[in-house]
Amino acid sequence: MTAADATEAALARGFRTQQLADHAFRGVTLTCALIVLLTLAAILVSLFVGSLPAFRALHLGFFTREVWNPVTEQFGALGPIYGTLVTSVIALLLGVPVSFGIALFLTQLAPEWMRRPIGIAIELLAAIPSIIYGMWGLFVFAPYFASHLQPWLTAHLGGLPLLGPLFQGPPLGIGMLTAGVILAIMIVPFISAIMRDVFETVPAVMRESAYSIGATTWEVVWNVILPYTRVSVTGAIMLGLGRALGETMAVTFVIGNAHDIHASLFMPGATISSTIANEFTEAVGDIYYSSLIALGLALFIVTITVLALAKWMLRRMALRVQ
Amino acid sequence: MVKGFKFAALVCAGLFAAAGSARADSISGAGATFPYPIYAKWADAYKKDTGIALNYQSIGSGGGIKQIKAKTVDFGASDMPLKPEELDAAGLLQFPTVMGGVVPVVNLNGIKAGEMKLSPPVLAGIYLGKITKWTDQAIAKLNPGLKLPDSDINVVHRSDGSGTTFIFTHYLSQVSPDWKGKVGENTSVDWPVGIGGKGNEGVAAYVKQLDGSIGYVEYAYALQNKLANTLLQNSAGTFVAPNSESFQAAAANADWEHAPGLYLLLTDQPGANSWPITGATFILMYKAQGKPATAREVLNFFNWAYANGDEMAAQLDYIPMPDKVVELVRGMWSKDIKGPDGQSIFDASTAMSGKK
Repeated sequence: MTAADATEAALARGFRTQQLADHAFRGVTLTCALIVLLTLAAILVSLFVGSLPAFRALHLGFFTREVWNPVTEQFGALGPIYGTLVTSVIALLLGVPVSFGIALFLTQLAPEWMRRPIGIAIELLAAIPSIIYGMWGLFVFAPYFASHLQPWLTAHLGGLPLLGPLFQGPPLGIGMLTAGVILAIMIVPFISAIMRDVFETVPAVMRESAYSIGATTWEVVWNVILPYTRVSVTGAIMLGLGRALGETMAVTFVIGNAHDIHASLFMPGATISSTIANEFTEAVGDIYYSSLIALGLALFIVTITVLALAKWMLRRMALRVQ
Repeated sequence: MVKGFKFAALVCAGLFAAAGSARADSISGAGATFPYPIYAKWADAYKKDTGIALNYQSIGSGGGIKQIKAKTVDFGASDMPLKPEELDAAGLLQFPTVMGGVVPVVNLNGIKAGEMKLSPPVLAGIYLGKITKWTDQAIAKLNPGLKLPDSDINVVHRSDGSGTTFIFTHYLSQVSPDWKGKVGENTSVDWPVGIGGKGNEGVAAYVKQLDGSIGYVEYAYALQNKLANTLLQNSAGTFVAPNSESFQAAAANADWEHAPGLYLLLTDQPGANSWPITGATFILMYKAQGKPATAREVLNFFNWAYANGDEMAAQLDYIPMPDKVVELVRGMWSKDIKGPDGQSIFDASTAMSGKK
């Protein structure tokens, strides 16, 4: 055996070990990825199995009826589903423009020395536990909302056609609108932090060439920055929506927890997660218990539907641009 | 002599250990949240006295019933007693530990605690959504001296399932056929009107915040939050104030001897001084015990609590059970709870008896 042969053998051995290590690494990461799928499947299956008694007793009417009566064991998810969607929509309507403004200001307009403190403040807001928002909402925001904002809304918007009934009703300070506003405050840090990060990824040369041909800041944002970051911005909004759909404690504090559907946003309502949080501990009886699990399944379906719709919208937007 | 006794005790302990029935050094229970503070306080004092720890998880009555049926705990706790049929079907036995009262509270400008009088039909009418103004004739008639505000009634109820709601709705079902037909009784119901607060503290917070509101809370919460409680007309026709005397009057006038399975709710009890919305909280145990040593410790704990726990209960605004009910419970323990050998586990004559 010559020296060259020996070197070659050593190399081959080294190559084999490396290959083995690569395989092992691939296996480990694959397992990690599979754990996600397995968990998802396991949750889905256990939710479904748990809701079977409710479906057997109440059939698919469970999803379409507006009734929640533990005494007669009649349950329908329509009220909580409506509450979940409405509060989330309010949160997005209020939260997205504000987040957009924050991100715009921080990345395009703010002087250098202001960016860091405001950025850190936003991240700190995101770190506040939701129950703190709930308590603040109940003890500080709700009374102010009832005494100042609600009468103003009734006076100025209550007379409008179509939209008017949304803003009529007793100013309790607690209800769907309050829950939506609190949710908006909660999702602003998430959305704006991500928007800020993605706006910063826009190559300076693109922005500056737009400015150089005389575009205003708004034109630059609308025609250059937003198209460039469209996918990530939608992702940020979806993340905020995800939080709003599933938020539990803060909503439970301020929504008023009633299962009926009212035209007015001032009236108390309930979301899926607030209903589960409220009633799970003392749910006596199989159908009641199972109905709450079925509500969990409903939230799962609502979330997946919303995310799927968002993806579909993104794809359509991408096609149109091409 | 002392040495010999110690030796004998050691041998005995060894034998017991060998037989697999060593004295348990901790017992576990789960269930109702309402009695949790007093169970925790008793457990603390009991551990100092005897070295035996109680591990109680306040997961809610529904959870307590589920856990005892699954046999994951030594006892379950529920604010809602199980019906005798249900007890028999599961082989369970139940006994009450402490009582509490549910109190209507109002937030009306200028009206202090104990000033407003309510009658059963008026209270039911408000919660049914039939009486919507504080100036309603029915309210004004009961309170001729009060200046009632011309505002809507904001009804507040519990949003979570709770024993408090069960006692309250059970009371309304008893005094109002209309309520019984339309709403009924349960740990949570389909409320005709109002907003829901989570927990006693949630209802207290809403009532404090909303002018012209009415809610119902455990007596202790009404005291702690300085809420204005109302007077309520009882079955004898008198307007009574909620306090420990009127709660105890309700319990003393109740007919526990003739309640199978001790299934008894203390709402609308007879007696001129009885507070009409009173209720006890219950413990659930199996009659046939596979682990007699642990079961004995559970009974010892509650026996100790009946004997020594009254003062602690009163400090936390719970109402101790009257002596005759405790005697009834002790008798039931020795008669019904048996080990695998069919022998009674609890011996009322030798068990530590305190001041009761």
